[in-house]
Amino acid sequence: MLLYFDHAASTPPDPDVVESVSKTMQTYFGNPSALHRMGVEAERLLQQARHVVAQALQAEPQEIVFTSGGTESINLALKGAAMQYKSRGRHIVTTQIEHSAGLESCRQLEQLGFEVTYVSPDATGAVRAEDVIAAVRDDTILVSVMHVNNETGRIQPVEEIGRALRRRSGVLFHVDAVQSLGKIPVLPKSWGVDLMSVSAHKLNGPRGAGFLFCREGVQLFPLIAGGGQERGLRSGTESLPLIAGMAKAVRLAVERQPDQWKRWHEWREWIADTVASLPGLHLTGTRSADEMAPHIVHFTFPGMKAEVVIHALEEAGILISTQSACSSRAGRPSRVLKAMGMPDSFCRSGLRISLGREHTADDIRTLCDRLRNVVHQLKPLAAKGDPS
Amino acid sequence: MKADMILIRYGELTLKGKNRSHFEKTVVDHIRRALQPYPAAALIRTHGRLFVELNGEPYEPIAERLGKIFGLSSFSPVVRAEADLAAMRAAALRAMKDIQPSPATFKVNVRRADKRFPYDSRELNHLIASHVLRHMDGLKVDVHNPEVELRVEVREEGAYIFSEVVRGLGGFPLGTSGKAMLMLSGGIDSPVAGWMAMRRGIRLEAVHFHSYPFTSERAKQKVIDLAYKLAEYADEIRLHLVPFTDIQTRLKQECPDHLLITLMRRAMVRITEKLAEKHRALAIVTGENLGQVASQTLASLNVIGRAARLPILQPLIAMDKDDIIRMAEKIGTFDISILPYEDCCTIFVPKHPSTNPNLRVVERFEQRCSWLEEAMQAAADAAEVMTLQEGGAGRTPVAAAFNELL
Repeated sequence: MLLYFDHAASTPPDPDVVESVSKTMQTYFGNPSALHRMGVEAERLLQQARHVVAQALQAEPQEIVFTSGGTESINLALKGAAMQYKSRGRHIVTTQIEHSAGLESCRQLEQLGFEVTYVSPDATGAVRAEDVIAAVRDDTILVSVMHVNNETGRIQPVEEIGRALRRRSGVLFHVDAVQSLGKIPVLPKSWGVDLMSVSAHKLNGPRGAGFLFCREGVQLFPLIAGGGQERGLRSGTESLPLIAGMAKAVRLAVERQPDQWKRWHEWREWIADTVASLPGLHLTGTRSADEMAPHIVHFTFPGMKAEVVIHALEEAGILISTQSACSSRAGRPSRVLKAMGMPDSFCRSGLRISLGREHTADDIRTLCDRLRNVVHQLKPLAAKGDPS
Repeated sequence: MKADMILIRYGELTLKGKNRSHFEKTVVDHIRRALQPYPAAALIRTHGRLFVELNGEPYEPIAERLGKIFGLSSFSPVVRAEADLAAMRAAALRAMKDIQPSPATFKVNVRRADKRFPYDSRELNHLIASHVLRHMDGLKVDVHNPEVELRVEVREEGAYIFSEVVRGLGGFPLGTSGKAMLMLSGGIDSPVAGWMAMRRGIRLEAVHFHSYPFTSERAKQKVIDLAYKLAEYADEIRLHLVPFTDIQTRLKQECPDHLLITLMRRAMVRITEKLAEKHRALAIVTGENLGQVASQTLASLNVIGRAARLPILQPLIAMDKDDIIRMAEKIGTFDISILPYEDCCTIFVPKHPSTNPNLRVVERFEQRCSWLEEAMQAAADAAEVMTLQEGGAGRTPVAAAFNELL
């Protein structure tokens, strides 16, 4: 039997979520914009779903824009805000460790004449709030920082940045919360966040659904024009089954977060201890519970190509991953680890274990045992000359 | 500052001599109901005043609920300190530091109910104010016109400190003025009119007329949503949904266009009156606002008003539209009211409705419509009744089906 430890890439949908997607698909297929009864029912369900999602964030329903996922939300937040407010200024502050959706959106904006400052992280993988604030200039219109890094699991000081930015009117603050919602507390409104991206399939919801929290009063230039759905911010017939499933997934994830955190945190400690006990492995980030997301353990195995470890573990029935799923195929050294100042041998050997809701203590024990075995087998084969 | 208690003041109640105890009892009932979701919070009456003892329950959501109870003039979050000078000083300083934005001027107002306390009120004013001044830069005392008045009450069991005064809704406790029927259209005005009537202590039942297929499911839902908003200020509201298609289409076919609105409004008033009799309501409340539309000229109001024997209360009659809109925003009905679904007052509207209808002409047409009386009774009898409970928008049968999905 395979044990899946790649939840930061995607999670298995909760059975209740699957049921709500399927029921909604069969029952509420009316177009929410249609005038007849079925349209009205679908529209009510859509409103109710928006309400449920808003409640989970302690936000207002009109502040939730449904999208096709994290990538779209991030694109809409960054490009939509930049286009809307370009007359105020053309400078954006972000970090070197953002997910490709954020990074590539910024690159596109650079092509369109915007200037972007990429703040670098420290050796533990976090940017410093002061550095981000110091990068803000008079012509800065947007600051975008991820909450939890998808590769290392390192928590970024978004609350602190949000608080500091409150004093700078005219600067919007976007947070990529794709890896944080349901894992640690997320309160965009009390943190001074203007825009926040979330993806459903990272929290046991369906693929193809996500949302953008867009604080009341913030305007965006829509990237997708058409029938004016989602207050005109995202046209296209709403994918009601996925939206309903996402609402359920978000509600469950946020409700269970405090209890789930305790379990994950304990297991994270356990795995981190195992990693630390194995010569040749280097744990990434810190051991502080306030600084690391509970569901991600990242480490490097200098001298050993990450792919080899992945395959060896797979043979032992354990699925983990290298860097972020979205860049692992390229086989290049991790840009995130590089930005943290790690040597090349570290950047090519990053490994990520990520936990899910369905895991048990037995699963973690199996994982740790097999990891130990595989590392013992591979260690003699590691390239020499690594700094460890 | 974490509040330990909430001090509640009622307003106009003091004016009403004999009824006072009945009113007080009613308002206390309403407060108790508001506190129901917070079981640890206790309502206590002491020293002739009303307090909510929070016992660890959160202040903010309870304050929000108190803000929706008619008959409260204001309330204040209160911090308790030991009746000891050092503790009082520390608590006073903390309370001052918590005020956002930081005030520039303040004064301390101590009431010493426990006369055995070693310092008198004047000395305490000075001792506490000087402590606060020493620890807060830029703050000054202004005894005549302070931005913040920090109140300290010293009692045997402890000192109570508060500065913030949150205004309540005022008015009379719901239900103390009897019951009326509200004609609820779906526009901006009628929910506000209903709210104002409620604030005078009237318990409402709402009446809405719909005209399928000329009006839509969404228009009906909109009215239900509006009634739910009003139910936040009552514990529940009954909504009567009256089918009006038959009467409206027949009037349209048999009567002159320019009188249609007048005839329709008279029929609606009569049906509402029938419902009022059945449900023992003593008045009809409408959102009419003088001169706003053709049916709201004085002449029209006269002809329409004569259709009823019950008094028609028109709380908005002399208000400016801007003020009505501001109130609708405050109550939370505005965003629902502006949804663009037609109600039955906007369909079949002639280009030139009469602003000066003639009562005798109108009555003659009504006599000619021999079916009208029976149709009105049938409409009243066919009314669908919904009981909408505060916070129940999420508990309707449809919402229940949705809750399973979401």
